[in-house]
Amino acid sequence: MTASEWLPVVWFGVIGFGVLMYVLLDGFVLGLGILAPFAKDEAQLDHMMNTAAPIWDGNETWLVLGGAGLLAAFPKAYAVVLSSLYLPVLLMLLALIFRGVAFEFRFKGQGFAKRAWGAAFSLGSIVTAFMQGVILGALVTGLPLTDGRYTGGAFGWFGLFSTLTGAALVFGYALLGAGWLIMKTEGDLHRRARSMARPLVLAVLVFMGLVSASLPFLDSRLMSRWFAADNFLWLSPVPVLTLGTAFLLWRDALPSAGRTPHDARPFLWTLLLFLLGFAGLLLGMWPFIVPPQLTIWDAASPPESQAFALWGLVFLLPLILGYTAWSYSVFKGKVLADAGYH
Amino acid sequence: MDALFLSRIQFGFVISFHILFPAFTIGLASWLMFLEGCWLRTRKQAWMDLYQFWVKVFAISFGMGVVSGIVMSFQFGTNWALLSERAGSVIGPLLSYEVLTAFFLEAGFLGVMLFGQKKVPAAVHFFCTCMVALGTLISTFWIISAISWMHTPQGHEVVGGIFVPADWWAIIFNPSMPYRLAHMVLAAFITTCFVIGGVSAWHLRRGTQPDLAARMLKLAVAFGVIAVPLQVLVGDQHGLNTLKHQPTKVAAMEAHWEDGPPGEGVPLILFAIPRQAEARNDYEIAIPRLGSLILTHTLDGTIPPLTAVPPENRPPVAPVFYAFRVMVGLGMLMLLVVTVSAFAWWRGWLLRSALLLNAWRLLSPAGFIALLSGWYVTEIGRQPWVVYGLMRTSEAVSPNLTTAQVATSLASYASVYAVVFGAGIWYLYRLLKKGPQPHEKAPDPEGGLKTPARPLSAADESDIAERGSP
Ligand code: HDD
Ligand code: HEM
Ligand code: HEM
Repeated sequence: MTASEWLPVVWFGVIGFGVLMYVLLDGFVLGLGILAPFAKDEAQLDHMMNTAAPIWDGNETWLVLGGAGLLAAFPKAYAVVLSSLYLPVLLMLLALIFRGVAFEFRFKGQGFAKRAWGAAFSLGSIVTAFMQGVILGALVTGLPLTDGRYTGGAFGWFGLFSTLTGAALVFGYALLGAGWLIMKTEGDLHRRARSMARPLVLAVLVFMGLVSASLPFLDSRLMSRWFAADNFLWLSPVPVLTLGTAFLLWRDALPSAGRTPHDARPFLWTLLLFLLGFAGLLLGMWPFIVPPQLTIWDAASPPESQAFALWGLVFLLPLILGYTAWSYSVFKGKVLADAGYH
Repeated sequence: MDALFLSRIQFGFVISFHILFPAFTIGLASWLMFLEGCWLRTRKQAWMDLYQFWVKVFAISFGMGVVSGIVMSFQFGTNWALLSERAGSVIGPLLSYEVLTAFFLEAGFLGVMLFGQKKVPAAVHFFCTCMVALGTLISTFWIISAISWMHTPQGHEVVGGIFVPADWWAIIFNPSMPYRLAHMVLAAFITTCFVIGGVSAWHLRRGTQPDLAARMLKLAVAFGVIAVPLQVLVGDQHGLNTLKHQPTKVAAMEAHWEDGPPGEGVPLILFAIPRQAEARNDYEIAIPRLGSLILTHTLDGTIPPLTAVPPENRPPVAPVFYAFRVMVGLGMLMLLVVTVSAFAWWRGWLLRSALLLNAWRLLSPAGFIALLSGWYVTEIGRQPWVVYGLMRTSEAVSPNLTTAQVATSLASYASVYAVVFGAGIWYLYRLLKKGPQPHEKAPDPEGGLKTPARPLSAADESDIAERGSP
């Protein structure tokens, strides 16, 4: 294999990894925002945001890596996806602004200002999550291109399917957020998070089912492999594992008689659930980066660009994962309600 | 009003906002490193008081830098799809290195820097501050490299319209990069220096925290008296480099339309109203030969005039010409103020001179204005090219965008930025007005730092409330 054949494959994996890290890590922070309306009072919302304050910036940086990596490795995909999904991307960016500054601003105001930035945190998170789901749904549906130019119109991304994936991601992130709170808090907030977990599991399963059921009706080439007879067999472990994980999550969400409740498990099972869903998605997309026309080889930048950026990744990614893990470990353990950071 | 024109306005708008915050945080991060280093060495409470104050300013400004930066990293794709398609192969890897070497570093250590003072030993905490400061500088390195390549492209071949990298060393260290980097880093430091000096002067005038304020003002003077002259020097060299690679831009900076009579050199135009269509100036006030002296360091040297290139290859002259004068004018004003202040300090009347203190106070936003003006010179002056000499801005815009789409996005950015950054700047103002508080936080016996119970934000409501108010 020549470099221009295998480098795009490696980069498909790298971008996939970056996006997965983003979805898992910022997913739970966005989940906190989605659950914010269920906080008992302002103090409880303080407590929720406290659990993520020292790490949210690093989590969001994976999104930036996804963007810059896509530009470096698949410039055509970066150009086509972002310009054709102009409005959902715009709304996501604006929502991320409100979400992000709320971490700082919510504590500068009292009364109305404080409540307003709390609402900005929550709405920002919900809109971000929804738009990310819409972008995903539009991508899966396929972006129509003529001579490499998008021809779908300003609202080509809008449809039942992308609305469905948008809503699915909102509930998915909320579940991640609940799992995080179960793990990181005690007392009333912990109990609330536990009580929300099972309904959220149900909602996520329903949406996963709906999304899967509508896949055959999309006329994009994508996902057809899922239903080709011979593929279905070796791909079938993915849905089976997904259901199994959902069961474990359901079981561990609430403490039951005779079993000591485990605080970290619900979060870990949710991570696994996302991992499986994401693996299914990548398997379905392959080898397209912008279905239904651009394969990873069509969209790739020259091997000189991909190789140069890959060197950096190989050496720096382990280092990044190392110090990120260290910074998480500094803030390990339960975050207390009244304490903040002492 | 078409998608191209609106996209240009939008890009200029969002990046102008973005650069204000990083420029301030680049300077603040190094300032915090200095303060914490002094505290570690001397264990004098005053250093820690100052650190505790500025770290809150840093946190707000950093937050705004991050959210406006996220927007930047997607702008190339949303509005400049054809630029991304053709030049992503060069710019993309540089931005990826920026994320890998700088953004993760900043973000990874920021949490411990802001919230972990009690959780790690003092030396480890200092290390985190250093890493954040280093991250801001590495970030500057890569982004300046990317933009400089667009100004002075080299090290690539064009294959089928795509810029294919051939020599990464040549790309990264392209001809304008060292000058632009030095000028930008100094600009960020000077911008911060004038905020620190201005805030100190303000508190000295109001009589709040005189000891801490006096200490800060002296540090600002000491730094400024070295950095500002250096900046003038670097700026001069930067201009000479630009003259070599982008002579049309320099002609626009000087509103130099045509060669004068031979042997008379180039005048320095102090004021004029450039007329783009007629290719001449109205109401010109000029000093003969001074332009030659500055730009060629001789009395009769000449530079290529604007009319040397066809009209469609000329940048809009008026904004470049005026912005350049604003930047250089502010640079000279800063030079005057730091020189007089240094003299006054030596003679012992620095803290008593109402005139000087007011000058510092008024100049606190000067760095930001000079910085933006400088970027307008640079970016508008390279028009109509986005990759200089190779790709026009009009060839870079996303082909599928409609005017309505870009009008919507521009209006949304304008209103959201007004609300969000307006609030942020207001919070910063209130925080700066309250000023540093002495002995707020005593060092902890274990060597860590004691911070009172406070919520997740590095500066909370009590930090910015007026003293005495409920
Ligand atoms: C505190 C900010 C600040 C100050 C006091 C100055 N500059 Fe500056 N200048 C910048 C901040 C800046 C900048 C924002 O950093 C720019 C924009 C792009 C760049 O490379 O630096 C810039 C650009 C810039 C350029 C354009 C170069 C190009 O586009 O190729 C020139 C020729 C100068 N500067 C020259 C000067 C001179 C002679 C100064 C002395 C009086 C000066 N600058 C003071
Ligand atoms: C940070 C300070 C900067 C400011 C204030 C700034 C300002 C501007 C302005 C005003 C324009 C519009 C020019 C016009 O169309 O007349 C512009 C265009 C542009 N700038 Fe910058 N710029 C900055 C830095 C950068 C950097 C770091 C990059 C790239 C890495 C960059 C890339 C571009 C691009 C791609 C355009 C659009 C195409 C064009 O109009 O040439 N700029 N900028
Ligand atoms: C088109 C150009 C630019 C792009 C695409 C861009 C992108 C970004 C992004 C995505 C972030 C957020 C990083 C995070 O999540 O932590 C950021 C922050 C930052 N940027 Fe920019 N940026 C641009 C221009 C510049 C320029 C011109 C400078 C400085 C010379 C700069 C310096 C910084 C710094 C120091 C930060 C860290 C955050 C802060 O200190 O506020 N950027 N930028």
